[in-house]
Order: sequence, then C-alpha cells, then structure tokens
Amino acid sequence: MIPRRLDRPDEAGRFGEFGGRFAPETLMPALAELEREFESAWSDPDFRAELNRWLSSFVGRPTPLQEARRLSKQLGVRILLKREDLAHTGAHKINNAVGQALLAHRMGKPRVIAETGAGQHGVAAATAAAALGLECSVYMGVVDIERQALNVQRMELLGTEVVPVAAGAGTLKDAVSEAMRDWVRTVERTHYIIGSVVGPHPFPWMVRELQRVIGEECIDQLGGEMPDLVVASVGGGSNSMGIFYPFAGGEVELVGVEAAGEGIDSGRHGASISAGRPGVLHGTRTYLLQDADGQVQEAHSISAGLDYPGVGPEHAYFNDSGLATYDSASDLEALAAVDLLAHTEGIIPALESAHAIAWVSRNASRLAGKTVLLNLSGRGDKDLQTIAGRRQ
Amino acid sequence: MTPIREMFATLERAALLPYLTAGLPTPADSIDLFRAMVDAGADAFEVGIPYSDPLMDGPVIMRASEVALAAGTDATRAWAVLEQVAGLGKPTLAMTYANPVMQAGWEAYCRRLSGVGAAGIIIPDLPLEEAGPLLEAGIAAGVGVVLFVSPTTDPDRLRRVAQADPEFIYGVSDLGVTGERQAVSEHVVGLSARVRAVTEVPLVLGVGISTPEQVQAVRQLADGVIVGTALVRRVLEATNAQEAARALFDAVRDLRTALE
Ligand SMILES: Cc1ncc(COP(=O)(O)O)c(C=O)c1O
Repeated sequence: MIPRRLDRPDEAGRFGEFGGRFAPETLMPALAELEREFESAWSDPDFRAELNRWLSSFVGRPTPLQEARRLSKQLGVRILLKREDLAHTGAHKINNAVGQALLAHRMGKPRVIAETGAGQHGVAAATAAAALGLECSVYMGVVDIERQALNVQRMELLGTEVVPVAAGAGTLKDAVSEAMRDWVRTVERTHYIIGSVVGPHPFPWMVRELQRVIGEECIDQLGGEMPDLVVASVGGGSNSMGIFYPFAGGEVELVGVEAAGEGIDSGRHGASISAGRPGVLHGTRTYLLQDADGQVQEAHSISAGLDYPGVGPEHAYFNDSGLATYDSASDLEALAAVDLLAHTEGIIPALESAHAIAWVSRNASRLAGKTVLLNLSGRGDKDLQTIAGRRQ
Repeated sequence: MTPIREMFATLERAALLPYLTAGLPTPADSIDLFRAMVDAGADAFEVGIPYSDPLMDGPVIMRASEVALAAGTDATRAWAVLEQVAGLGKPTLAMTYANPVMQAGWEAYCRRLSGVGAAGIIIPDLPLEEAGPLLEAGIAAGVGVVLFVSPTTDPDRLRRVAQADPEFIYGVSDLGVTGERQAVSEHVVGLSARVRAVTEVPLVLGVGISTPEQVQAVRQLADGVIVGTALVRRVLEATNAQEAARALFDAVRDLRTALE
C-alpha cells in the first residue's frame, strides 16, 4: 500500500497512533478554542491574504532556491538550497511566528509567550510581537542563554522579556515546560506561540500548515522538475515538515536528519526517532528519549535547536508509515559541514541546518548524480561563539 | 463502596488529603513523614511519584521531585513507599504523569496499584479525552481514577467529566500550576457551585490552598481539600527526617483543626 499523508489529524488530534492532547484540564478549553479559531482563520481568504502580505513584505518571501554549484561539484551530488536563512530574522521560524501572532491578534489576546532553544524561534516571536504590538515573554534554558547570547540580546532589543529557565538541563525541553506552566496561569489573555510541530493538538497541525509554504514555494520554483531527495534537519521538526509535506506521498525520498550529538552509542544525542520509544511529552504522544521507567532523558546536541528529547508527532507517523526516513549526524560532522558550506558557497549555516548538509556529505557516494533539495533552515551568526569555542 | 467514597460518605466534614512526594528526604525515611501526618489527622494521601517532567507542578514540587530522584527514588523504590503508605490504613492515591503509566501499560499499572493497596490514581496531564484506557483499567483493577475540572471548564464539559464517574473530581481552585497563593482564588466559589449543580460525584479542591485560613474558607465548598506545596516546602526546609516529621505533624494538625 502506498502510504498517505494526512490532510489533518483526526478528531482526537492523532496522526495514526501519535499526537493527541495530553494537557492539563485548564488548557483543554483553550486548545479547543485555538483549533476552532485556526480553522476559521485558515479558511478565511482575508486572513490568508493578510498573512501573505506579511510573508512577502515583512519576512521577504519567497526565499530563493539556489543551485549550490561549488558544493555540488565537490560532492558529486546536485544540491539545491532552499534559503530559509535569508528570511527576516535568519531562519524559517518566522513563518510560524508571524502566522500565530496574527492569529493571537485575531483572537484578541494581548500577550504571547514562546519557548526557544537556539533563540531563533524566540527572536521570531519577539519580532512578530513587536510588529503587531503584542506583549511577549520568551522562556529559554540557562545553558542556551549562554550559548546563544546574541539572540538573547536581539530579543531584549525587540522589547521581549527573556525568562531564564534553570530547571532540568536548562535547555529546550525545560523551556517548553516552563512556557506551558506560564500558559496554564495566564491562558485567559495569553496565546502560546509554540515554535515547532510539537505540543498538544492543534499545535502540530497548525505549525505544519504555517510552515508548508517552504515546500510549496520549492515546487513552484522547481518549475515541474522533481528532486530525487529532500533533506532537512529535525529538532522538533518544523523546517523538515514544512519542506517535506508538499512532497509527501509522491516519488521523492524524504530524509530527516536528527542530532547524533556525541554519537548514538554514547547516549548523548537528540535522536528521538532513531533511538527513542513512543511516549508522552509536552502534550503529545511521539518518539521520546526515555529510560525504562518512563523518565524523560536529557538530549544532547551542539546545536541548541536540535537538543530536544521528543519530535513532532507527524514525523513519528511519517516514520512508521514509511513516508519519510530518519537518520542522524553528529556534532563533529555538523561542525565540518559548517566549514564545507562556508568555503564552497560563502554561506555560514546554522548548526541545525549543518546536520542536513553533513548527512548529504556523508552519503555523497550513494547519492552520486542525484538531485537533492536541502532545507537551509537558518543562518549561523548565532553559533559563532559555539563554533569558535570548539576550535580552541 | 470504594474506600475513598466511603470516607467521604462517613465524614461529616471535608476530608484532608495531604500531598507529599514519595522518597523525601530519602526513600527509607519517607514513611516516617506519612506516619506523622496520620498521627496529626490526615484522612487520605496523595503520594507524588517523582517524575522528570512534572508539567502541572510549580517550583517547590518540581524541586521535591528532583531531590527524591537524586536520593535514589526510582520506580521500584517509589512503589515500595506507596505500599508502605497504603499500609498506614488511609485511602492512598498515586499522583503521577501520563508517560510512566503508559510505559508500564494502563492495565499493568492499575493492577500493580491494587496489588500494593493503593485506592486511586491522579494524572494531571490525562484529560477526559485521553483517559478512556485508564478509566477502563481502573474499573478492572478496582482502582479509582480521578478526573480534573478547572475554572476554565465550561458546564457542558463539566457534565461529561461527571458522566465518566471518576472516583472524585479534582477541582483546580485556581489557574496555574501547584504552589502557594496569597489568598483563596476568586474562582473557587463559582467552580464549586457549577460542579454541585450537575453531579453528586465528590469534589475535592486543590492547587493554591495552603494555610489553615484558606482551608477554612473553602471547607463548605467541597468534600475534601488537597494541600501539597505548603507541606512539601516544610520538608525541603527541614534539615533531617525527624525535623521534617515534626513540622508536618504541626502543619497537618493545624489544617485538620481548620476543618472541624
Ligand atoms: C535554524 C534552525 N533550524 C532548525 C531548527 C530545529 O527546529 P525544527 O526541527 O522545528 O525546524 C531550529 C530550532 O531552533 C533552528 O533555529
């Protein structure tokens, strides 16, 4: 049977056996309201037109699709880069943030909150909030505040309050938990702009709908040609789902690249699909890094945006149904891929995106002569400190 | 009648259900703290199973979870504490999160609860829509499943929660996660009235109820009151198990007096 992508999850918010709404009772009415409001906005031509105006004049869409000539030559694989790094604020995260901020505005919520790992989603939320006149607080783990300091300064300059999260490992998982705790307290006047295709229904579906513009633009820009593969990095899974979804269920092979950190065998990684088991985290059932008792384990990655022990439930569904395959790349491979792209193309990629480049580089001989569409999800300015630190 | 329902039926006042994380200050000492609370007049217990990601808990109970895990309270030791607490003769409920139960299997987990003498289970990230398998497993194993309502729950939804016939309804008295509050929430009177209007399922209020004055203010509104953070904080502040037990005894006695 040919696997099918789902237009949307079922009534219970499930993609097959994944997804759902494992949320505290206080949030359940807000989640139901959000589903209704997004549904009505998404089918409202005026809302769509307004979002499109923002995406073109503010975000700078469509982002270019670029032939990576020197990289292609060096690897013997034809590589097309979807340049999400050129979107305003420097990553794909802004597509979702602008969409959800417009929705918050439409719902009459004066305040938004967000979590952030790499700081890109935090900056995107802070940017959208400033542009729409919304109050904004962003939760960020103390370890990430340290390693993505540039983005903390950007958020503060945009008028956003950055709230440090010291709990747990002080990374993305803890930031999501703390943002949810804020939302349980403030739900009446606050919208939670979740940053990836994670969380309870309707978030994974809504964020996918807001990010699918990436893949749809690629199809237009390809002008009838189809790549052999689409490759993207997978943290929570929004840049990958955004570029995969429009291609899913067709001939094109889809490959998601998770963080192998210090190696899958080291136990220090963020490869939830490759090395996890189904479980519940942050309101959704998905692949999860956990121990035998069901305690959630800490993820590890040099890239703050991939440092997450879960993954969006639709990716879990894509994996189990064979719509996409998932592999991983290590910290060291990602660092080498930063150099590779910088030297061959004059582009410094985000460490997250570098995982996708690393995967293509490692598999170059198997991919010889093929065309690979690669989502360059963000630019690497934020990572210079981390990269320099690893060079010493 | 189940032990929990029987407790509500026989008591002529609201019941006092202290919450305490299992394994504090260590797995071995934990039972002494619960025993002190029995001596001080606790009617039933909510035993927190230490978890890595307690989404409905504020800083104090989060910290308690971390301390208990660091003290070696893994699942095996948590089950042992739960069995000891249930052995004190008061209805005992496990408070945990969806993932650990799902990993064990809904049925297996409920059978094990019943095996250690626990009377019920409370899972704050398992709303009505996701609770079906647990409700079934609870019935099969003779373990009471608690469901939540909140100030944000509308009457229609409230009716559906009541129709699922939970062991009791956990009324979240305030928006937000567990933690102490300056005063009883403005939401609590309306919440209680809305529950009472649609069902006879017992109502227990919790979240943000900490002091004897606050307990006194809500005692007419419910069949029981859960006090957690205020007690856990005393345990975290104590320098050893004896001091913690004494502090808990005093606190629980004062809370009980406020219910008379
Ligand atoms: C540039 C970039 N790429 C990828 C990611 C990973 O997130 P997702 O998997 O949701 O795209 C992030 C997250 O912070 C990011 O900043």
